Amino acid sequence: MKPLSQVSSSALLLLNDNIDTDQIIPARFLRKPRSSGYHHYLFYDARYDIDGNERVDSPIPSSVPQRSIVLAGHNIGCGSSREGAVYAFVDFGVQVIISTKIADIFRSNAIRNGLLPIQLEQDAFDTLVAYCNDRQAQLKVDLEHREISWGENHRLTFDIDEVIKQQLLLGIDDIQATLAWGQNIEAFKHRYLADHTWVVPTTGTSSKN
Amino acid sequence: MLQPTLTLFEKIWRQHLVATADDFDLLWIDRHFVHEGSFHAFDKLDSSGREIAHPELTFGIADHYVPSDLTRLDDDPEVAGMIHLLDVNTRRHQLTYFGLGHEDRGIVHVAAPELGLTLPGLIIVCGDSHTTTHGAFGALAMGIGATEVAHVLATQTLWQRRPKTMRVCLEGHLTKDVTAKDLALHIIHEIGSDGATNHAVEYTGPAVNAMSMDARMTLCNMTIEAGARVGMVAPDDTTIDWLRNAPRAPKDEAWQEAELHWRSLYSDLGAKYDRTVIIDASNVAPRVTWGTNPEQSLPIDTGIIPELDNNHSTLSYMALNPGQPLLDLLIDQVFIGSCTNSRISDLRAAATVLAGRKVKVPTLIVAGSNRVKTQAETEGLADIFRAAGADWGESGCSMCVAMNGDSVASSKRCASTSNRNFPGRQGPGARTHLMSPAMAAAAALYGQLVDIRQVTGGAI
Repeated sequence: MKPLSQVSSSALLLLNDNIDTDQIIPARFLRKPRSSGYHHYLFYDARYDIDGNERVDSPIPSSVPQRSIVLAGHNIGCGSSREGAVYAFVDFGVQVIISTKIADIFRSNAIRNGLLPIQLEQDAFDTLVAYCNDRQAQLKVDLEHREISWGENHRLTFDIDEVIKQQLLLGIDDIQATLAWGQNIEAFKHRYLADHTWVVPTTGTSSKN
Repeated sequence: MLQPTLTLFEKIWRQHLVATADDFDLLWIDRHFVHEGSFHAFDKLDSSGREIAHPELTFGIADHYVPSDLTRLDDDPEVAGMIHLLDVNTRRHQLTYFGLGHEDRGIVHVAAPELGLTLPGLIIVCGDSHTTTHGAFGALAMGIGATEVAHVLATQTLWQRRPKTMRVCLEGHLTKDVTAKDLALHIIHEIGSDGATNHAVEYTGPAVNAMSMDARMTLCNMTIEAGARVGMVAPDDTTIDWLRNAPRAPKDEAWQEAELHWRSLYSDLGAKYDRTVIIDASNVAPRVTWGTNPEQSLPIDTGIIPELDNNHSTLSYMALNPGQPLLDLLIDQVFIGSCTNSRISDLRAAATVLAGRKVKVPTLIVAGSNRVKTQAETEGLADIFRAAGADWGESGCSMCVAMNGDSVASSKRCASTSNRNFPGRQGPGARTHLMSPAMAAAAALYGQLVDIRQVTGGAI
């Protein structure tokens, strides 16, 4: 996972509420290997018509330069747990998603892929949208100081768990980090499985096929 | 010393707490289900050279990429390849695997409960958001992403921030022809598709106490559509009787020990929830979604397409106009299946409506598992479906998710018992209306949306 600290970019506005992960990446692309780059599939059905031609109302028209910050409508990432939705944004070059609410599983997937999810109150979010709507304006996101700044000395701070902040800043591999808790896990496991002998399933019939 | 007063959710969480760091808890995972889509996680594991920590607690099931017509796999090497990849990954890591042709295979959220792999008091995870389904047994079950899947494979644990608790108290009783699906759609409509985000939901009250396990699974399944990763029901006699003969459930002494534990899994009197919502189940009517989000549903008898302020793309996508009634809306096809509504009681409900009659539009009926399929064939339900002119498919996720060859064509309108009406969910440009199995079967008979109560009451 790549470390993330500061991001400066104009913002991509995706302001519909409840943008679900089926819209972000239709299920039929989830079989593709990550090495093919998931940016091809980001909002595929909204970008292209049934014949593969770019739609006039594409949410990410090819004429618009790539953006690293997204301002998204309420409850972005609801629905399916597919991590492919996060891969699609990340491979498209997005590093920060800002919304008034970010769905739980999407948010969790984002953090684990170096995509910073920021949840703001409605007023603060509206301020950013108004600013970005008017011009090709730049936002600057500073994770270390939990700060978004824009224009002439405008700034606001956002909340983020300290653990998650460090994970993103350092690009920590969470499995490696958990293995440091190996003794705790072993101790728990022996006590728990001894106290709950029924938990490990019976083999039932043998596996076929 | 006084015991603390805890909710069901808090009891299970505490019983699995390995360690705590700041606001995050490291939890022990009892069951992990993987499917074809878990290949990203296997790739991550393999590229780091790590092994699966507990293969005996990890189960592979092919479901998402299984088409309702298996012969189609010959023509679609990419889809067939996804199932093959799961074969290879589960074999290499020596996991118990339910692949194509296995009598116990099915949609993970249908097959695992019927095998007794899903048990009360367990923490269960799967890389699929509808893992909430298993909460019907009083398990703490949640959907996770691929990186989390890899983490569980490597460590049998997961870091989680403890969500808040929400009680959804279901007063009264459902009336005739009104199902858990209608109730779920009603709840989501009431609290919104983000109404339970960052909460673990527990369903309580007379309506849920009276429900069968199949109905509880439907209810818990749809909890994610209100934003919650966890939806659960405390285990009771209904739960325990259901599990008694499940093939992989504990046996003999282990069963007795388990039952003793399960009987302790309930929210203590006076336990505090962060939020409580009270719903009167007796006022719920059969419901149908009209929009592109599961919260957008209305009662079939009185439902009128509303004016929308700012999001007109919803109605243009659905080709509906404000003021139009839902009743009598023409449909092009019907799908009865998915992890929400493909269990034997769902198929019986559909068969009751279809018996001795003919469908007017193409209708696909897909059992949730091979066990359900076999039972439906033994009971004569499959014969009823075929005689009515419906297609009877191989068990799997099928037309719910448009990734296995089963899909709804662009601009076609489908009455579906699945869980999501998102744009493109059943195929690019597909228009989905969610409803119960009996409502979908009735729609198939008339080629339009009808009120099931009028059909069973003989009014139409």
